[in-house]
Amino acid sequence: MNKKIAIRDAFGEALVDLGYKNNKVVVLDADVSHSTRTIKFEEKFPDRFFNIGVAEANMMNIAAGFATCGFIPFVSTFSFLACLRAGEQIRTSVAYPKLNVKIAAGYGGLSDSYDGTTHQSVCDIAIARSIPNMTVIVVADAQEAKIAVPAIAKYEGPVFFRLSRAEVPIIFNEDHRFEIGKGNLLKEGSDVTLVATGIMVARALEASHQLEEQEMSTRVIEIHTVKPLDEKILTKAAKETRAMVTIEEHNIYGGLGSAVAESLTKYYPVPIEMVGISDTFAESGSYEELLDEYGMGVSDIVEAAKRVLKRKKH
Amino acid sequence: MVLHLPPHSHKDIEEITYVIEGEGEAWIDGETCKIKKKVNAMFSHSPELIKELEEKTQRFRIEIIKMIYNAQSGHPGGSLSAVDSLTCLYFHQMKIKPENPLWEDRDRFILSKGHAAPALYVILAELGYFSKENLSTLRQIDSILQGHPDMRKTPGVEISTGSLGNGLSIGIGMALSAKLCKKDYRIYVLVGDGECDEGEIWEAAMAAAKYKLDNLTAICDFNRVQLDGPIDEVMPLDSLPEKWKAFNWSVVQINGHKMNEILKALDEANQIKDKPTIIIAHTIKGKGVSFMENKFQWHGKAPNREEYEIALQELEATKE
Repeated sequence: MNKKIAIRDAFGEALVDLGYKNNKVVVLDADVSHSTRTIKFEEKFPDRFFNIGVAEANMMNIAAGFATCGFIPFVSTFSFLACLRAGEQIRTSVAYPKLNVKIAAGYGGLSDSYDGTTHQSVCDIAIARSIPNMTVIVVADAQEAKIAVPAIAKYEGPVFFRLSRAEVPIIFNEDHRFEIGKGNLLKEGSDVTLVATGIMVARALEASHQLEEQEMSTRVIEIHTVKPLDEKILTKAAKETRAMVTIEEHNIYGGLGSAVAESLTKYYPVPIEMVGISDTFAESGSYEELLDEYGMGVSDIVEAAKRVLKRKKH
Repeated sequence: MVLHLPPHSHKDIEEITYVIEGEGEAWIDGETCKIKKKVNAMFSHSPELIKELEEKTQRFRIEIIKMIYNAQSGHPGGSLSAVDSLTCLYFHQMKIKPENPLWEDRDRFILSKGHAAPALYVILAELGYFSKENLSTLRQIDSILQGHPDMRKTPGVEISTGSLGNGLSIGIGMALSAKLCKKDYRIYVLVGDGECDEGEIWEAAMAAAKYKLDNLTAICDFNRVQLDGPIDEVMPLDSLPEKWKAFNWSVVQINGHKMNEILKALDEANQIKDKPTIIIAHTIKGKGVSFMENKFQWHGKAPNREEYEIALQELEATKE
């Protein structure tokens, strides 16, 4: 198993690096800076850090105000609070006027596992994706989080940036490229394509090795930008492998699976199986156990690949 | 407390009297004076200025009714109650350059109660942010004048608003930006009284006080009537001034249809240091049109032909 680093730690450190390089960056948090790790930014740049208290809606609009004056606000809280509590503020004050606000949505998916359903976030991608003007990014590991932060700051416009509390295996090395809107081909293969986002990319890679052992040539694509979707890399994979499995730590409704299906149904329809949370809430427990229990185990991916191969037209 | 009283910044100020309460130090016309009591400067504005603003406001009321009648859609009640404050801000108080709407050092105005958009549009057009011809296109397809303000479509609009409760928080972001850049531009936010039902208003109230945003002034259009009825029935706002005081804001109460009171209150807000100010402007919903006044039914309804003509007659009569 690869070395594990928490995505939130990488995010906190990347924000500090960004703070040194760009004095227009301000960071806002809603009384969870120790959890999201924006505390690291506060320690270095107290004048550019604003703790707004437990008031996410207020925080989101304050960020919009900063953006109108030329600042680049990173707004940090838990993902479910960002997209649901402050969802209206995101829609009206950030997305509608297309302001340069970066929504750092921490604790995505089930990563706040022990705190349970109230703190977990299973519908955030769906919500963010359906807001016009919004770019939606989900990072897969600490290395990607580190390089995504400056890329997102450089990008002009609103971004929903889904992060994670979890310590997850490092899958990318220092040479990893991150370009907003571009998927990454992680492994070539011709029988089936696994399309994964976020922390599920590591599990998809593991599943692909098992499938290879069973003599199924498996392509793996990482989609970090769920919107706008890299339709080119997906259509190419659909044409060449003619079977696809989408894999995400999110409700199977409205997330990556839906995005991929919406796209391929236009350009090159192929059988798709979706691995994710089956429209249910989870519970408290250890993170790894929850992922396995709620349909996101490596074996779930392997089984989904076998099912889709049976449906594949030869 | 230290009060910084700037030299006479407005040519039209004829006299200043200082009402002194409490202890502190004042800085008047560039000189520091030790005084034992708090200073409130009362500016008397020239009768000419007051008259000019009153005339403008009355003309704007007519334009507002015309726009809403043309569109057969819109919110006359709250536009007519708020237009006096907006006129004072745009034609006297705020540092703006209509020929350069994005001038970095401009004062910013946020219409948090975005449904009063007609009042804002008529003023922006008068100032030349866009051609007056646009006014007749309100709420129609392809218009730059949306039902609620859209910063990307309408020059002079600082931020898109319309769903209530957002503007004051946005104003905090702007006010913090000014402080961070060490700029002296000021932020003005007009909120509705019904809007104060929104929890976010009070989240913003706390945050603005935390950051001592003396460059932020809110004006509450306190017309006591919201969409569904009188506020006392829909959601009472008892002790509104005390509520804001408890949130550590400086509070000024005025008649929101009296120009001299609005101007004085804005001057006072400029002098308050280390805390934000709210001007609670007691107003009349539908002000100037007898059958609209104090009627919740005129919150968001366009007049028919007959009502329109009566409204114009009444407004024309008061204009003269």
